[in-house]
Formats: sequence, structure tokens, C-alpha cells
Amino acid sequence: MARPKIPRKSTAVDMTAMCDVAFLLLSFFILTTKFKPSEAVPVNTPNSVAAKVAPETNVVMISLNKDGKVFLSTGDSKNDKDKKAEIIKSVNQHKNLGLSDAEIAALVRAPFIGVPLATLKQQARMSVEQMTGETLPGIRVKDSTDNELLDWMRGVADAYTGLKPNLLLKGDNVAKYPSFRNIIDAFRKNEFFKFQMVTNPESVPMGTDLYRVGRREE
Amino acid sequence: MAEMDTSGGGKHKKGPGVKKGKKLSTRVDLTPMVDLGFLLITFFIFTTTMSQPTAMKLILPDNKAKPEEQNKAKASGALTLLLGKDNNVFYYEGQLEPNASNFKASNFKEIRDVIIHKKQTTDTADLVVVIKPNDESTYRNVVDILDEMAINVIKRYALVDISPEEDYFLRKTEGENPPPPASATVVPVSK
Repeated sequence: MARPKIPRKSTAVDMTAMCDVAFLLLSFFILTTKFKPSEAVPVNTPNSVAAKVAPETNVVMISLNKDGKVFLSTGDSKNDKDKKAEIIKSVNQHKNLGLSDAEIAALVRAPFIGVPLATLKQQARMSVEQMTGETLPGIRVKDSTDNELLDWMRGVADAYTGLKPNLLLKGDNVAKYPSFRNIIDAFRKNEFFKFQMVTNPESVPMGTDLYRVGRREE
Repeated sequence: MAEMDTSGGGKHKKGPGVKKGKKLSTRVDLTPMVDLGFLLITFFIFTTTMSQPTAMKLILPDNKAKPEEQNKAKASGALTLLLGKDNNVFYYEGQLEPNASNFKASNFKEIRDVIIHKKQTTDTADLVVVIKPNDESTYRNVVDILDEMAINVIKRYALVDISPEEDYFLRKTEGENPPPPASATVVPVSK
């Protein structure tokens, strides 16, 4: 039997299309990646099984760093920055700090507020690079009677009259409980009864009640 | 594709004296480039952490609520968790005995079993977990124990300040030598 001659074909495949796809994917991933904004106050948040993603609008964030220093910041959107200006104006008015408009604008530009009320003017004169969790003393939150966060939370309540701010508390793993209690006190005294704690996601342990409830809902 | 047309237009014939250049294929092997592309993709995918922070809700009770509106906790359904330093957890069920005989030590790994056991042996309507962190406990401890409430689906729990007696027993169990509490009376819990 004579075999028909099969013409030898080259096995080289044109790689151009594959190359295109590879780099298209690469550029897609690079462009869609949101970089973690560098934080002036480094905080290692604890883990929790909470599955809700932290909100990003109307945010008022209280950071509690590892030394128990308290910082106040807002979201990055324009609306949030406007609210921040209102918060500072309100505090300025109530506590007679005598901040000028330029100083208020400088504080709004600052990534966070982290000084006692008495030295707020000094923070307004600092450059953004100088403001870190290490250098600033934090908002004065000592105990229930000496708690400047109360004034700040009243400012927040003024700025968000009729609206609900998303109060976020971002605490460090090793921060001590008394500072946390003082922050809750400041919330509670200004009638903010709902707040959220920023955590890292963690999977629900197997065999627990929440695990079973979650299973049933799926 | 990747090669260019190098054969000069058919119409422009070169003169007789002009040497014909050797036609070199400009086709490039793209395999290494594809390899590189996918290598980079895998690198970026593996190094990117999908860290979308989540938020845990906590609703605080109103301090000013009238006493008659406050829910009374039955002592039998109460489980009190005390948080101390170095991730220590202590607990007692019901009311604390004056000599602290029902004061037990635990830790974050075992406390889940305690909570589950309490949940199974108590009527759901009576079950209330009271969390009392002392001054040495950390924020992480508090979040972890609140997380335990979520994990074990405990509907009623409260974050309460520690009483001097409890703090005294806690510190004593931790090996400290604290001064005895100023008031020796145990605050009664409604039965």
C-alpha cells in the first residue's frame, strides 16, 4: 500500500496574537490596580469575619495608632473635604480658636488632624510631609473629662446635620482598651450610636453557628 | 502580522548592474515575549493583595435610656467575659461569687467552646454576654471578642466597664499583687 505523502508542515505557531493578549491583560491589570494610598498614620487593623466592605463616602475616620494617639480624618472626595472644612469651622467657633480662613484651608488639605486644640494653629503651618503619626501628639483624649474628641464629634454632628456620617474607627491591634473606651465615650455623648470598625477580612471558622447560618442563606 | 513586506514592489525592477540584496525574513520569534508577558501577569496577580478593608458594625446603647426601659438581664443567663493583659480571657457565669469561686481562666482559643456551651444550655431569651475589658487589654482583644459574638451568633451582648472587684480578681489571677478594691460590696445584678 502506498502511503499518500503528507506534506510536512512547520509546527511554528504565530505567537503574535498570544503576545498581544498577554500584554493586553498585563496592561489591564496594571491600570486597574488601585495603589494603597500611603498612610501617614500606620495602623495594623485586627481581623474579623465581617464581610461588609468599608464605605468610602461621607466618611469620618478616627484612627487609633499603636501608641494610643487619636487622629481624625475624612474621605478624599470633594464633598468629604467640604464637610471637613465645616467640622473645623464649627470647632473653631465653639472653642474660640481664632483660626483664619487660610489656616482652616491648610488644615483641610492636611491628611488628618492630630494635635490638641490648643496647638491647632501650629499644625496649620506644618507641611504635609511633616505630619506623621510619629511626630504629632494626637488629639487630646485622656479620660472622660479631658476628651477633645468630644468637641470634634460635636463638629461632625454640626457638619452632618440631618445626614448620617459613616463613622469609622480604625484601631491598631496593640492599642490599649482605655483609649478605645474614650473614643466610644465621645461618640456616645454626641449621640452617635452606630459606628463601624475597620478590619481585615477573615474567613468564618468551620462548624460555628455563623458558618451554618451563612451556609443556609447561600 | 509581524513581518514586513520586503519584496520591493513588483513593478520596480532594478537595473541589470544592481545586485539583488538577500531577502531576510523579518519574522521574529515572539515566544519569549509571550513568556515574559505571562510571567509579569502572574507576578502582578500574586503580589497584589486583595485587601479591601471590611467594616464591623457596633451599635452602642444609649446611656440616658430610662432604667425601666433597659433590659434586665437574668443572672442565670449571663456570661461575663473579662479581658486581661497578654490576651488572657476570664469568665464567670451568672453573678460573681464574693470569694470568686466561679471565676475561671480561659484564652481566645477556648473561649469559643465556653460561649457555645453557654448558648446551648441557656434559653435564648435569657442569654446575654457581658464583655468587660480591663485597662491592660488591647483593641485587638475587644474586636476579637466582638467577633466571637458574630461567629457564635449571640444576639445580646454588652460592652461594659470592669468593676473594681472584677479587676482585682483578674489582676490577682494574672499574678499581680493589686491593692484590694475600695468598695468591698458586690454590685447586685437583678435576678
